[in-house]
Amino acid sequence: MTSTTLTPSFDEQYVATRKVATVGRVEISDVTKSYGANTVLRDVSLAIEPGQVVALIGPSGSGKSTLLRAINHLETVDRGSVTVDGQYIGYERRGDTLHELREAEILRRRTQVGLVFQNFNLFPHLTAIENIIEAPVAHKRLTRPDARALAEGLLARVGLADKADHYPRQLSGGQQQRVAIARALALSPKVLLFDEPTSALDPELVGEVLDVIRGLARDGTTLVIVTHEIGFAREVADRIVFLDHGEIVEQGTPGQVLRNARHRRTRDFLAKVL
Amino acid sequence: MSRIVAPRSETTAHPAGTATPTSDADAATGEATSASERPADASADSGAQAGPTGGRPDAGLRVVPVKHWGRWAFSAIVAFVILQFLWSLATNPQWQWDVFAEYFFAPSVINGLWLTLGLTVVSGVAGFVLGAVLAVFRLSKSPLLNAAAWWYVWFFRSVPLVVQILVWYNLGYLYPTLGLGTPFTTDFWIVEFPTTTLISAFAAAAIGLSLHQAAYSAEIIRAGILSVDQGQLEAAGALGLPRSIRFFRITLPQAARAIVPNAFNEIIGLVKGTSVVFIVALPELFYTVQVIYNRNQRVIPLLLVAVVWYALITTVLSIAQYYVERRYARGSVRELPPTPVQRARRWVAEHWNRLGDGQTSADPPPARPAPARPEPAVSAAAAASDQSRTGGAA
Repeated sequence: MTSTTLTPSFDEQYVATRKVATVGRVEISDVTKSYGANTVLRDVSLAIEPGQVVALIGPSGSGKSTLLRAINHLETVDRGSVTVDGQYIGYERRGDTLHELREAEILRRRTQVGLVFQNFNLFPHLTAIENIIEAPVAHKRLTRPDARALAEGLLARVGLADKADHYPRQLSGGQQQRVAIARALALSPKVLLFDEPTSALDPELVGEVLDVIRGLARDGTTLVIVTHEIGFAREVADRIVFLDHGEIVEQGTPGQVLRNARHRRTRDFLAKVL
Repeated sequence: MSRIVAPRSETTAHPAGTATPTSDADAATGEATSASERPADASADSGAQAGPTGGRPDAGLRVVPVKHWGRWAFSAIVAFVILQFLWSLATNPQWQWDVFAEYFFAPSVINGLWLTLGLTVVSGVAGFVLGAVLAVFRLSKSPLLNAAAWWYVWFFRSVPLVVQILVWYNLGYLYPTLGLGTPFTTDFWIVEFPTTTLISAFAAAAIGLSLHQAAYSAEIIRAGILSVDQGQLEAAGALGLPRSIRFFRITLPQAARAIVPNAFNEIIGLVKGTSVVFIVALPELFYTVQVIYNRNQRVIPLLLVAVVWYALITTVLSIAQYYVERRYARGSVRELPPTPVQRARRWVAEHWNRLGDGQTSADPPPARPAPARPEPAVSAAAAASDQSRTGGAA
């Protein structure tokens, strides 16, 4: 994380409290993906440094979510490669060939990358704390009591210590999303992906979720956020990437992209959402 | 993992911040809520004084509730039919209740009952386990597994159960011996049994019922699995949960909500469906009863013996179904409604309390506090959850 990416709009304190990350480098090179005749990603390349916060913006259908899911191999790509700290999630490279990995190994590697969904996707039949415990126990990283202690800490961190035994449906949308973030954090991912984390929330609940994400950004976790909250992207992101029709049209610091967009398509989009 | 220092106070401040407006609003509407609570309370108290008290708060005007003439008329007719039927049950000597009593616990009837239960348990368990496997095959990406499961279901739903049981029972005609040996030959060099000793009447019945049940269970389980939201699988995948955990801890518990009612339907059907095994002369409950009334000609009381036993089993299963469904409903509604047992207990506590109030108006302290507590506590909790809900949503 270099200070050159910071713009004058950045809060000095924010920079000072920010931790330096060493893991969580994401490298996307020449990724192409189509569904039938519909090409959703076209030769997309993007390198994300450890600890960097990248906001993906763009009109709906521009390929933001697909790109995000390609990072943790929930979507396979047709061409190109995605690596996290030099490692492929779905493949093993031997020489010039990529060997597809067994499912168990893919699942294990995928835990390096957390994903937070637009619709939370909490498990409705499990309480908040059970939702968080499930993955670390399933991966045999922690015993159930240890996982419980970890989960309690994480819930406190997202401000929901008193909601541990509530079922998701007993929580508000903002609270559910915060539980979902805690659930993703339970595997200590190197990279955390957010797929429009506040789009399903009532406007007054957006703030509580953004607060938590802001905290993570300070914490030095690599974050990739698909978002429509341009104001939030400006505040928290080191880099803003604008996608349209499956291509990266423009990227740069919030100041460059949001204030002095070079491309017409970017300016048109921003004019609509700002 | 390091902790966030700065935002914590912000995030923890949030709930408090949102709490104040609601409590303010609550204070403002305090009068309204307490007023609207009163009639609700009154109507909960068995409705004796619900009409007058319910109408009173509005400026002293009398409220005449609408009269449901049709409802009253039909209630009267239904009550008459029920009473008439009960009267005839009690007074018509042709029901022969003495014969019923004589045979209800007869050893042969009890043995038949055990056989019925045994067949139900064996074929119910085997049927649902095999059905689950078939459902998974049917949802598999392998075209062979998928097609095999489809054809299985087609076949066993097509062939009548009776025919199937007869074929299993008479399998010896087709294959005189069964065994293990070289594949694609009849060279059984490991073990070999005569089919007739291997497949007894019970085995034929159990196999037939299980295979038949599996076809139906497979469809029920498949429907349940399909009813689970795709996002759940994505979330489980994103957490890297292994396949078995995804299926048994995430998909199945959620699918169970859709599976359980149909599954109990099937099992209750199976209890009575086992009576088809009379075809291979297995003395289960219904067959036993038939044998007895063919001997003594007391048809009706003996049929009643079977019917009452079936009804008892169905009752037990229905109660079990209620609690199993309740278990899987956790998390699907905000607050589970109380069970009949809980409701009865609350009713008794309430009435005991009122009884205590009426009798001991001279010395209130002993009766009041203990039973009085549950009610306010419950309503307070409900109010609190209501508040947090509106606090969250408003």
